[in-house]
Amino acid sequence: MTGLLGQLFFTFFFIGLFNFGGGGAMLSLIQGQVVTAHGWITQEMFTDIVAISQSTPGPIGINCATYVGYEVMYGAGFGQLGGIFGSVLATFAVVLPSFLVFYFIIRIFYRFHEGHSFADMMRALRPAVAGLIGAAALVLIFRTQWDGLHLQLNLIRESFPDWTSWIIFAAAFALGISKKAGPIAIILGAGVLGLLIY
Amino acid sequence: MAQTASLWNLFCVFAKVGTFTIGGGYAMLPLIEESLVKRGWISEEDFQDLIVLAQSAPGLLAVNMAIFTGHRIKGLPGSIVAALGAVLPSLVIILLIAIFFTQFQENEYVRRFFQGVRPAAVALILVPAVRMAKAGCKSWWTWLIALASLLGVAFLKISPIWIVLVTISVSVSVSLILQKKRTP
Repeated sequence: MTGLLGQLFFTFFFIGLFNFGGGGAMLSLIQGQVVTAHGWITQEMFTDIVAISQSTPGPIGINCATYVGYEVMYGAGFGQLGGIFGSVLATFAVVLPSFLVFYFIIRIFYRFHEGHSFADMMRALRPAVAGLIGAAALVLIFRTQWDGLHLQLNLIRESFPDWTSWIIFAAAFALGISKKAGPIAIILGAGVLGLLIY
Repeated sequence: MAQTASLWNLFCVFAKVGTFTIGGGYAMLPLIEESLVKRGWISEEDFQDLIVLAQSAPGLLAVNMAIFTGHRIKGLPGSIVAALGAVLPSLVIILLIAIFFTQFQENEYVRRFFQGVRPAAVALILVPAVRMAKAGCKSWWTWLIALASLLGVAFLKISPIWIVLVTISVSVSVSLILQKKRTP
């Protein structure tokens, strides 16, 4: 148990430390470490956790870290109490770097902030983060693979079983990008459609 | 005007922000501003400076703002109490849902509800990706970085942490080398 808790702590500590670009970027970091690297939870479970994180109050990154911390410990067989402990630990670990950076690095950071290098770094980070978040979405749609010769995309049927799911996908994207509806309305609307259709 | 805030006041402000804003980040900035600046706990200029700093520091904007403004108002205890306030509502709400959901996951209606929700959740991840690409991809090399990061993570299974680390070290090195060339 302590081995898994230690891994959970360091995983979320590094996720907090290397997160530039807000909640969306943090989802891709959590997916990369927790789903792809460690295999602690499945891609489908992660999609459900993302949906819940998007439609409940509070920062998306914190919601997701809290939920994943619970699920990792609960899924490993440590029960509800283990799950609660895992979620508190993951949340603490993801917030801790913000404190350390503020109290130990911020003075150097302030000086660095004025220079050209910082502006150049942010110019390079923005597209990189856009790519990261795009990859997070792509990996939730397809099982992706590269065997050295060709790229393989296999649709994840658990999330996209038929054409109606693509209509939900397109409608949700259009409403979200045009800001015509908030995340709660979109998620609830899609859920009700799911109840009616499936 | 210049009233003093207690630690309890700070905790309540950020607990309110954590409870009533969905999506976090930019959505909560107006609520924090209203709570802190209008009561005279922090000046407008200080607040704007801290936003710029919180955006460029690693971590989450909501948590960074809690730590930075909490420190400005009440020092180290202030930053701890404010961060606790920002995080606690999420922790309680998500835990209740997680405990509930693991028990009802197999339920027929819950299953159908989430079958509808999954494509929408994926679409909502794509929204910030497109927004960030629009804001950040303005030249051929920025498009190249975005594409390399997308393909590297999706197909080569490179950890996003490595992408961030490599991008930071390469961009800072290139920037420093170019600056040296300009000013011999």
